[in-house]
Amino acid sequence: MKIYIPGDSAAVSVGADEVAAAIAQMDSSIDIVRNGSRGALWLETLVEVETPDGRIAYGPVTAGDVEALFEADFLHGGFHPLLLGKTDEIEWLASQDRVTFARVGVIDPLSIDDYRAHGGLIGLRHALQLSAETLINEITESGLRGRGGAGFPAGIKWRTVAQTYSDQKYICCNADEGDSGTFADRMLIEGDPFTLIEGMTIAGIAVGATQGIVYLRSEYPHAISTLQKAIDIARKSDWLGDRVLGTAVSFDISIRVGAGSYVCGEETAMLESIEGKRGVVRAKPPLPAIEGLFAKPTVINNVLTLSTVPMIMANGASAYKARGVGKSLGTQVFQLGGNIARGGIVEKAFGITLGELVNTYGGGTLSARPLRAVQIGGPLGAYFSTVQFDTSMDYESLIAAGGMLGHGGVVVFDESVDLAQQAKFAMEFCALESCGKCTPCRIGSTRGAETIDLIIQGVRVEENKKLLLDLCEVMTDGSLCAMGGLTPLPVKSAMINFPSDFNGEKK
Amino acid sequence: MTMIFEPDFGTPPSQKSDLVKLEIDGREVTVAADTSIMRAALQAGIDIPKLCSTDRLKAFGSCRLCVIQVDGRNATPSSCTTPVSQGMKVSTQSEKLDRIRKGVMELYLSDHPTECATGDECKVHGVAKKIGISSSRYTNPETHLGLTKDESNPYFTFDSTECIVCNRCVRACDEVQGTFALTIENRGFEARVSSSGTSFIESECVSCGACVQACPTGALTEKTLLTIGSPTSSVITTCAYCGVGCSFKAEMRGDEVVRMVPLKSGGANEGHSCVKGRFAYGYATHSDRITQPMIRNAITDPWKQVSWEEAISFAADGLKRIQSESGVDAIGGITSSRCTNEEVFVVQKMIRAAFGNNNVDTCARVCHSPTGYGLGQTFGTSAGTQDFESVQHSDVIMLIGANPTSAHPVFASRMKQAIRKGAKLIVVDPRVIPLVRAPGVSASHHLQLMPGTNVAVINALAHVIATQGLIKREFVEARCDAQSFKEWEEFISRSENSPEASESSTRVPAALIRDAARLFAEAENGSIYYGLGVTEHSQGSTMVMGIANLAMATGNIGRKGVGVNPLRGQNNVQGSCDMGSFPHELPGYRHISNPDTRKIFNDAWGVELQARPGMRIPNMFDAALAGQYRGIYVQGEDIAQSDPNTSHVHAALRAMDMVIVQDLFLNETSKFAHVFLPGTSFLEKDGTFTNAERRINRVRPVMKSKTGKSEFEVTCDLATAMGYPMSYQNGAEIMDEIAATTPTFAGVSFAKLDELGSIQWPCNSSNPEGTPMMHVDKFVRGEGKFMKTTYVPTDEKATRKYPLLLTTGRVLSQYNVGAQTRRTSNNIWHSEDILDLHESDAQLRGIADGSWVKLSSRVGETIMKARITDEVPAGVVYTTFHFPESGANVITTDFSDWATNCPEYKVTAVEISPSLKAPGAMVETHIDGDVQLESIIRMANQIAANIPAGNAPEIQVAHHIVQFWTPEMIRRLREDVDQSRLMPDVVRAIEITLMTNQYL
Repeated sequence: MKIYIPGDSAAVSVGADEVAAAIAQMDSSIDIVRNGSRGALWLETLVEVETPDGRIAYGPVTAGDVEALFEADFLHGGFHPLLLGKTDEIEWLASQDRVTFARVGVIDPLSIDDYRAHGGLIGLRHALQLSAETLINEITESGLRGRGGAGFPAGIKWRTVAQTYSDQKYICCNADEGDSGTFADRMLIEGDPFTLIEGMTIAGIAVGATQGIVYLRSEYPHAISTLQKAIDIARKSDWLGDRVLGTAVSFDISIRVGAGSYVCGEETAMLESIEGKRGVVRAKPPLPAIEGLFAKPTVINNVLTLSTVPMIMANGASAYKARGVGKSLGTQVFQLGGNIARGGIVEKAFGITLGELVNTYGGGTLSARPLRAVQIGGPLGAYFSTVQFDTSMDYESLIAAGGMLGHGGVVVFDESVDLAQQAKFAMEFCALESCGKCTPCRIGSTRGAETIDLIIQGVRVEENKKLLLDLCEVMTDGSLCAMGGLTPLPVKSAMINFPSDFNGEKK
Repeated sequence: MTMIFEPDFGTPPSQKSDLVKLEIDGREVTVAADTSIMRAALQAGIDIPKLCSTDRLKAFGSCRLCVIQVDGRNATPSSCTTPVSQGMKVSTQSEKLDRIRKGVMELYLSDHPTECATGDECKVHGVAKKIGISSSRYTNPETHLGLTKDESNPYFTFDSTECIVCNRCVRACDEVQGTFALTIENRGFEARVSSSGTSFIESECVSCGACVQACPTGALTEKTLLTIGSPTSSVITTCAYCGVGCSFKAEMRGDEVVRMVPLKSGGANEGHSCVKGRFAYGYATHSDRITQPMIRNAITDPWKQVSWEEAISFAADGLKRIQSESGVDAIGGITSSRCTNEEVFVVQKMIRAAFGNNNVDTCARVCHSPTGYGLGQTFGTSAGTQDFESVQHSDVIMLIGANPTSAHPVFASRMKQAIRKGAKLIVVDPRVIPLVRAPGVSASHHLQLMPGTNVAVINALAHVIATQGLIKREFVEARCDAQSFKEWEEFISRSENSPEASESSTRVPAALIRDAARLFAEAENGSIYYGLGVTEHSQGSTMVMGIANLAMATGNIGRKGVGVNPLRGQNNVQGSCDMGSFPHELPGYRHISNPDTRKIFNDAWGVELQARPGMRIPNMFDAALAGQYRGIYVQGEDIAQSDPNTSHVHAALRAMDMVIVQDLFLNETSKFAHVFLPGTSFLEKDGTFTNAERRINRVRPVMKSKTGKSEFEVTCDLATAMGYPMSYQNGAEIMDEIAATTPTFAGVSFAKLDELGSIQWPCNSSNPEGTPMMHVDKFVRGEGKFMKTTYVPTDEKATRKYPLLLTTGRVLSQYNVGAQTRRTSNNIWHSEDILDLHESDAQLRGIADGSWVKLSSRVGETIMKARITDEVPAGVVYTTFHFPESGANVITTDFSDWATNCPEYKVTAVEISPSLKAPGAMVETHIDGDVQLESIIRMANQIAANIPAGNAPEIQVAHHIVQFWTPEMIRRLREDVDQSRLMPDVVRAIEITLMTNQYL
């Protein structure tokens, strides 16, 4: 008898460990698999029972429900008010396009057999048979773009690194997932770490790098522990190390844990941090692809980018690019959060509208009060109003609408939100997290927060709004990196889309 | 006088040679590829506003004032971080750029004093004005204007209220100095410059001042700028401390030095300096300065201030009386490595021409004389082979017996830069010097040998190279003397020279030596740098030759990144040697016995020079005790403190009848003097110094002489009073005489120095602009000569009575005998000499950290404070000799290098014991017996034991003796010595000497 109870930190935070303990106590013969989360966070703890007909889901389960579940004979799919039916038939999940997240929640994250049984290592084996040139062409052809937020074509970045001569190259995986309202990197690492390892290995083969480094934030202890175990298993299985899967290729991965700085998610600050220095942004050029970690050519990709690579190599570029719209090909792992009824992971092909995401999947606000604003793309993303719900969720359309996709975080606010306060928060966040190198970000963010405060207090409102817009231009055009450069995005979008919050009148 | 302005191009020059053409504001510009747009623009006369960039540091891109636009690109990148590219069209002015710059400047002004304490020194308001903005629109902003100043450093203040967090100080500390003492604390608006969480004085800061120089605001400011005010004029001159020879702009307000700013175009230092050069010049105007001549009949009498005329005639009368009573050779003098080439040249000329003998020596006797001998024998000239910049091209650096972070800090910074770029470092030193493990730098090999075993280690390294097939035979065949190589190869390959054979005496594991030897031999470019840890040994000259052998065998001569490089201790030790300060050599290292050379000077000076060498310094002391030497002219050297075996030196000085001291301050030697002739500081001198890279730098007076006379004028007056008229209008006239008489200086003149900035000799018709690198296609002597370097352990051995070995060195903040630095605020870092010892030696003797200990050797004893450290191994103790009270040289012995008599400062057998008494209790031993005869016996036997010779070693011994000894010493060796006390080769050599008339 096998039961799946997520070991994912989101599930654990709502009592998954207690549920698992309660079930084990009731029947110690049950084989409990701590899988990743399916991503339907509002259903956690989602308990799945393996039956001859497939996996049957119950949720959200608390430890207090366990006795009743046993009474209802849930081990054989018996009825209980928490019964959700077959997991594969839950509409919220079944209607998604799970590619990157195909195995998350399905497999035992640390079982290499389970991984293989679900298509793992096919991509890597394929990659090992290809020339680096063909391999990079395949990635380029797939249309895969950087999921960290910048959306830069992965194949082009890889080609630059491949073509730069050096005695040493690196693959750096950016897992410093600091955006508020994002959690896909963590859930992937906790739920399917071998996919990331496989993706990094393929990247190493493509560019001629033998060293991979995952920069993982210290706030993710479960992910650190899971990934470290997975790396150890991969080494023991002769997958990582001097002879990757018995070939002449050499590749290994180590983890570097960040120290709690948001800006270390900026790629050059991350390199500084990995090198053991203060996490301060570097000026570009030189590009990290040419002079990156320890001044060597370095591929820097986000967890989701690298974790999509095995799927592309297994199923082919054309299968991947068949999804999506325009230049935004494949799928995006959206993360729904904030004041939302059904939060979690929604992986869909690019092109789904904001309204569909927030209403169809998200089910509106959790508070049931009218929805007023949605922030897309983390704390530096723009605030959208409901009139923009037809916006297609892809890189280009979001930019055209004055926003950005970022890392795919979607945070919902109800009518109680004050967008002037949110704008101020954006500046305050920047002031707190700025690395302090460039002047627009270092001083500008504090001045921005002060100026918005004056607007809120009704002090010389027009004058200060003008000053704020001038400051936004200086930060946008003058900042060294995206931290200062994008902070005006939430501020200006709030001012444009919610002008009534900036008229200096106390609410 | 005006201020000398060095333009700041914002970013360093490109290292590329291919050219790129672009357009900036419609002007066509052609620059080297990789040049920043900022630099290219300034070369075209377009000055883009900037605050965070400066051309000594890599581009950083933080201030965002230098933004530009490029046709076809959307962004507004910073021009400092954006390199040029072919055909690019750049605009440095537009409405958008103007808005960004004003917006950024508005942010700066919102957290900056409206008026800065340092005025225009702070560039913020100046740049704001240029951008066209004077205030910010932000009301009641949060600021850092309430932060308190850090005034803990004696020389500069840190005022965070003026700081714009441009990181220039942090980057200067990292990139230029390599100390990593500064950082930025906190993030965002709270980001502030910090000396790593503590005050500047308590931090790792070495006070080099690179941060102060880099700071574009008044945040880091020289205290003198605040007390004296802004400079109104500047003069380019040369530092008077170590042999690096940094160029400075002395920035003046009236007759006062406001600050010393390292010159970016200075060849030796390229804009960098250390705490001594930049800040510790206050001694020059210290109230201890003696500015009036003084005389006295006996050293027990009080000094009497007199006129220059009276002092000169008193001195001349005394010297003439001695010569009439005891002969022409009964007087002599010592030139100073602290003085200019011109001053030194004039002193040696006075001794040779006016005194009529060759009893001239120099303080290089006690530091780098073995370098002169060893490199002369092997390469053909007495000088380092490279310029300092060369180290940037080294792949492996071997550092032997030198501690550059303390003694040659500006060169050390260059070395650290090279190591951080990937060069490997091999340290050969008994101590764990800072470079063994420093922030950002560490040695790949530390051969921690016992003091006195240098030659065994260099032989072991060479043995591995010779026996492992690592010799660069193409180089040796093409460039070196085949016979000497053959003999050397046979010698060095013997098993007695293997690392295993020497392991027990050197205490360096054989495997470590083998590894280091391979690393050095296989390097594309391997360089050797060494200091007094090589020369100040009984086998100092042998070790120098061993180093030269190693460089030749590995083909590391004649190009960038290689070479043999002595790190010279004093500002002009190279120059004072070049100027004919040794008793056996005329200027340009030409032996006094050569009639052609003598003719040049006989003709120029109208005299008949003696053809035989005069006395070396220790010979002078011996002769004084023997009553043969009674008068001495000591130019700027404190022999009573700096020379070994103080008891011996003091007894010799006491025995003399006319001791003339020319110095800035009363010192230990002046306690024995009859005439004190006040000298001038480097700020008053008009002349040249020659640094360790043979670079002749101008020393220009920035203030009037405090004594009313230049030093060479005083020397000339004495020569004239002695009956040989000498006079020069200025330093330039002396240099012209040097050039006229010395082929290696033939092309040097003050006019050319003013034009080129500096010149590395040789400078003559074949190298009209000087010679940065020596021995490029062939050695000065033709073929490089390998010398056999038999390891002969020193007689100074650890015994049951004196079981520890004392070695001596320097600290960063103090300089040599401390005459200058002790008269500055540098004492804040180091106010007394400390004895370093290992914990096990301390425990054995019940010595606690920080307690007083008695240090005794067979020649004397003194008391100093102990420091327990693992920087020295068990069995070795270490101290400095900066303070007269500690009397470190009371302990050191008369033992010296076999070839040059350079004292064996680096090895003295000692014992230490806890002491209840505080210092001041140093004990001198009584000197008696025929000291001179004992020295002669020791020196002769040492030569016989060490001379590298194949067949007929007695001929080599004889040759060496007649080349360097005075006729009187040779006479005593022949006539007064019991031959049973001499080694057989010496006895045989005496017979040859007897037979060979030409020598006598």
